[in-house]
Amino acid sequence: MYDISSLYQATSVADAIRALQADPKAILIAGGTDVLIKIREGRLPGCSLVSIHELGEELRGIALAPNGDVEIGPLSTFRDVTFSPIIRQHIPVLGEATDMAGGPQLRAVGTIGGNVCNGVTSADSASTLMALDAVLVVRGPAGERRVPISQWYKGVHQVNLAHDELLVKLLIPRENYDGFTGHYIKYAQRSAMDIATLGVSCLVKLSEDKRLVRQVKLAFGVANPVPMRSPAAEAAVAGLPLEEAIAQIGKAALQDVNPRTSWRASREFRLQLVEELSGRALREAARKGGAAV
Amino acid sequence: MEVGRSIPRVDAADKVTGRAKYTDDLCPRPVLEAKILHSTIANGWVKSMDISAAQALPGVVKVLTCFDVPDIQYPTPGHPWSVEKGHQDVADRKLLSRRVRIYGEDIAAVVAEDEITALHALELIRVEYEEYPVLLEPGQAMAPGAGAIHEEHPDNILAKMDLRTPITDPRYETVEQVLDDPQLYQFRGHYETQQVQHCHIENPVSFAWMEAGRIHVVTSTQIPHIVRRVIGQALGIGWGRIQVIKPYIGGGFGNKQEVLYEPLNAWLTTQVGGRCVRLDVSREETFQNTRSRHPISFDVAAAVDREGNLMARSCTAISNQGGYASHGNAIVANAITGFRQLYPDRVGHHSTACTVYTNRPAPGAMRGYGIPQCNFAAECMMEDIAQKFGFDPIELRLKNIMPLGYVDPFNGITCHSTGLRECILKGAEAMGWDELRAQYRNQTGPVRRGVGMACFSYKTGVYPISLETASARMVLNQDGTVQLQLGATEIGQGGDTVFSQMAAEAIGIPTEDVHIVSFQDTDTAPFDTGAYASRQTYVTGKAIKKVGLEFRQKLLSYAAELFPQAGELTIDGRAIADETGERLISLEDLATTAFYSLEHSVHITAEGTNHCKENTFAFGCCFAQVEVDIPVGKVKVLRLINVHDSGRLINPSLAAAQVHGGMSMGMGYALSEEMKLDPKTGRLLNGNLLDYKMPTSMDHPDLTALFVETDDPSGPFGNKALGEPPAIPVAPAIRNAVLNATGVAVNTLPLSPQKLVEEFTKGGLIGHV
Amino acid sequence: MMEILRCTVNNKPVEVGIDPRESLADTLRQRLGLTSVKKGCEVGECGACTVLVDGVAIDSCIYLSVWAQGKTILTVEGLRDENGELTPLQKAFVEEAAVQCGFCTPGIIMSAVEIVGSGKLYTREELRKLISGHLCRCTGYENILNAVERAVQEAHKFVGKEE
Repeated sequence: MYDISSLYQATSVADAIRALQADPKAILIAGGTDVLIKIREGRLPGCSLVSIHELGEELRGIALAPNGDVEIGPLSTFRDVTFSPIIRQHIPVLGEATDMAGGPQLRAVGTIGGNVCNGVTSADSASTLMALDAVLVVRGPAGERRVPISQWYKGVHQVNLAHDELLVKLLIPRENYDGFTGHYIKYAQRSAMDIATLGVSCLVKLSEDKRLVRQVKLAFGVANPVPMRSPAAEAAVAGLPLEEAIAQIGKAALQDVNPRTSWRASREFRLQLVEELSGRALREAARKGGAAV
Repeated sequence: MEVGRSIPRVDAADKVTGRAKYTDDLCPRPVLEAKILHSTIANGWVKSMDISAAQALPGVVKVLTCFDVPDIQYPTPGHPWSVEKGHQDVADRKLLSRRVRIYGEDIAAVVAEDEITALHALELIRVEYEEYPVLLEPGQAMAPGAGAIHEEHPDNILAKMDLRTPITDPRYETVEQVLDDPQLYQFRGHYETQQVQHCHIENPVSFAWMEAGRIHVVTSTQIPHIVRRVIGQALGIGWGRIQVIKPYIGGGFGNKQEVLYEPLNAWLTTQVGGRCVRLDVSREETFQNTRSRHPISFDVAAAVDREGNLMARSCTAISNQGGYASHGNAIVANAITGFRQLYPDRVGHHSTACTVYTNRPAPGAMRGYGIPQCNFAAECMMEDIAQKFGFDPIELRLKNIMPLGYVDPFNGITCHSTGLRECILKGAEAMGWDELRAQYRNQTGPVRRGVGMACFSYKTGVYPISLETASARMVLNQDGTVQLQLGATEIGQGGDTVFSQMAAEAIGIPTEDVHIVSFQDTDTAPFDTGAYASRQTYVTGKAIKKVGLEFRQKLLSYAAELFPQAGELTIDGRAIADETGERLISLEDLATTAFYSLEHSVHITAEGTNHCKENTFAFGCCFAQVEVDIPVGKVKVLRLINVHDSGRLINPSLAAAQVHGGMSMGMGYALSEEMKLDPKTGRLLNGNLLDYKMPTSMDHPDLTALFVETDDPSGPFGNKALGEPPAIPVAPAIRNAVLNATGVAVNTLPLSPQKLVEEFTKGGLIGHV
Repeated sequence: MMEILRCTVNNKPVEVGIDPRESLADTLRQRLGLTSVKKGCEVGECGACTVLVDGVAIDSCIYLSVWAQGKTILTVEGLRDENGELTPLQKAFVEEAAVQCGFCTPGIIMSAVEIVGSGKLYTREELRKLISGHLCRCTGYENILNAVERAVQEAHKFVGKEE
């Protein structure tokens, strides 16, 4: 039994927005894997919930737009993303990342929208969405606006979303994935049912002969209070021969990251992981792109 | 032969269909819900409490605090009671405590109509504390002026021991002289183990009510008869006024060999007019407020001659007892004893142990009872000695392991049978030890492989340290089948199945004709102290054998009445047969006749006690192959092989399953599990199954369980301890494999990634940071 | 505060009054008597409460009952073959000694129902991942994997799908 004072099941996105407007304290619940756990921990005593769990028709599903952009409904579960033929064909790295969250039962319920909206740095989809420069489409009483993911995270548990707004779509513009291959490393103590000690997502575009790095997009989770890109690393390796890029990218990334010491892991340990795993992620991404490394 | 068959578990079908009932499945609903208020400090006193708002909340039935409970201190460990005062368990806790000794101390309880109301009521209780500094480590607690956690122990030392074996070489007077002898190789080491938890998947839930002036408690426990006794002691009432029922339980591993919340729940029902109260202990409470494995530190020394003979060793062990005595000094005493027994030193041995109260969550019994800790020290030490002085690690062990006929100089436990040498050789062969050790020499690069091993000895049951007693009852059914009733408990290990096989073997009937009563009800179940110390197949097994033979004799005697001319009779499957093998009467007909005969009606039963005054050693070893990713501190266990000498196996497939589980627990102990406390507040930081890293299916390699079957002359069916041992040797085997791979000796558990990165950096394998 | 939940549970239509604050695990255990649904953590970390909702294994402790409206739910109590006997999957658990304390068993079996029901073959490593949402302290997963592997192979013989 959960300590909930009221639960409203929205019948549409518009209805959910209305419900949120009507109750300034209401909390939005989608898959429930974060909110219900917070309730049980006593962090939201007597909360009122607006559930969008059953808005699958409007908010769940993955499509390829005519212009090649990939559109992901926020109620798509981790499992939906992983097994989507569109994701598998065009952005497999994103499906690989969502396949590392929690365990199978959680992935069948937890949503990619929730993963982005809870504003957690360890979220398994977040670093890859950062690397992909995803665009988040939110809808509120005044209509829709598009937020580049670089402007999304405002702080721990804080995102660029007003109380009466809903994330209605995650958009991956074609130019952000086309020609890139990617690799996500979730470093955690266990191989399942764990939170990342560090998450590294690397996208790479190689030269025709697969020897040079044209462009790299490197993003981290848990290297900072919010998911982040490493512009220093990306600049440092652009144009370099691949092996050289692999050797240098980790050190370069250290200029940008700022992990903290917590009881889970020390700053020093996370820095070591940043340095080591950046190169590994680039190597794997390049390998997937056809490089012989 | 019924013993030795790999039959499926007698409870398996019920467990795969959901028919098997566990405590909460039996709880009537609606039921009153109890919730406990836990302190938000780790050391101090509750000065005052304001419960008025909580009491006034609609739906709250009763709020009870540490100011209301009976002024009785009681003991909680699942030991047999001792009639000698000096051997009784430490009685150091009350139902709810004003004196706060751990973070999350039980200081009040709310009984309400539903769980949410109970939780709301907890929020409304105002507490005023007097706070003392938090003492989490023995060094802090033993420091002058630290302040007593229990007033009975002003220096916070619960108990100390100092044991010296007789010196066998006239050239020396003390062990220390041997250890300092320059003619011998000298070794000194320091090893530490961490606090971990059992992680049975069912939390320790109970419900209690009153009926006919008695208190009835259904609970998830390994030790129903002991729970009954402790409830009586805690409430100050006659033990006969309590009935404890133990249904199927979702694992225990020693945590439920402790009387946890049953006394509080029994008392709560008395405070609400005997209405049924459910006390559901959450996972977080299970972590913070129930038992765990003791962290123990070991300072060890050894003197070894040039041939690799251990001449003397010493061991100083300090055990962190947390806020309550629980099993107390018994665990570290077992640890130093186990340390000594595996390799009997040729000249002498000196060990000391000390158990210290701190403000940690109190550790208690956990699978292996101190031996996984001492085995880590003993087997790291053997590996380090081998490495330092150039011995082959397996040869070194084989030269020094306990020989057949060994008699412990203090407790007299005798090695009646040993297959340890064969276990080690079998494990080495299965691992391909020699080839891999050769292959792994001179590795370079960031990812390296290694193999390591460790062996152990483990006694069977608690004799002569404590009483060993068990009873069995067999009742003939009208169809010739047998009801088997025991106080020994099924806790997942397969007890019911092997008990049924043993009874069938003793009587001479098929196991399928033995119906075991799985649930223990202290009103009707024969007395047995319960599941712990790997004792039941041995101690209860002897009771089953004794009573089974008596029961068999009663069947044969009754048959002899029916067939006076037949001569020597025997039981052949489901019938009575004569000397020629001719079947004279089916057991079904015999039973029906015995029940309803107009000449001689008798209800054939047998019941008896086995007061066990024997013990014996089980042995085994673990071989581990690992791959170490040095720059990120990751150990991947590629292969894990355990080889056990547990005497004759009653059910080989269940024995293997039991070994798998122990290996898994040992792997978590080696690599990832650790209860982490906030040093400032004493609060447990990772008290949930996400942050506490017990291994998932993806973290396991395939597990190989092998056996060397000896026939132990003291065992009822040639069998010895099996339940706990598989968890023992895994951690040192993995640590030694990491040493083999990297050359870095990690001397504290667990070998967690961050620690490994730090150690590899210190060892020069990682160049920066 | 009561609401009516209408859904299909173990192949039978069910209409039951629920408190909207309830988890599906609460409803199944306490209102429908389906006590195979175990609670070990109540936060989706142990998998003991796993049931199938519309054929998909989920942790019923972190699933609100109101979301089950109109859906199809399966628990271990709903498993049996045509003769009312154990299913091949359940038999595999019994015969492979995959059961010990039995507390995680019903949940794992439900995940395995989904795995086996796919009709596909999986490698041992894939199976490790597919059951990784279940914690078991008794078995080291060894015999559980043996049982699931066996059931997967048996099912594949009948309805084999490649991929």
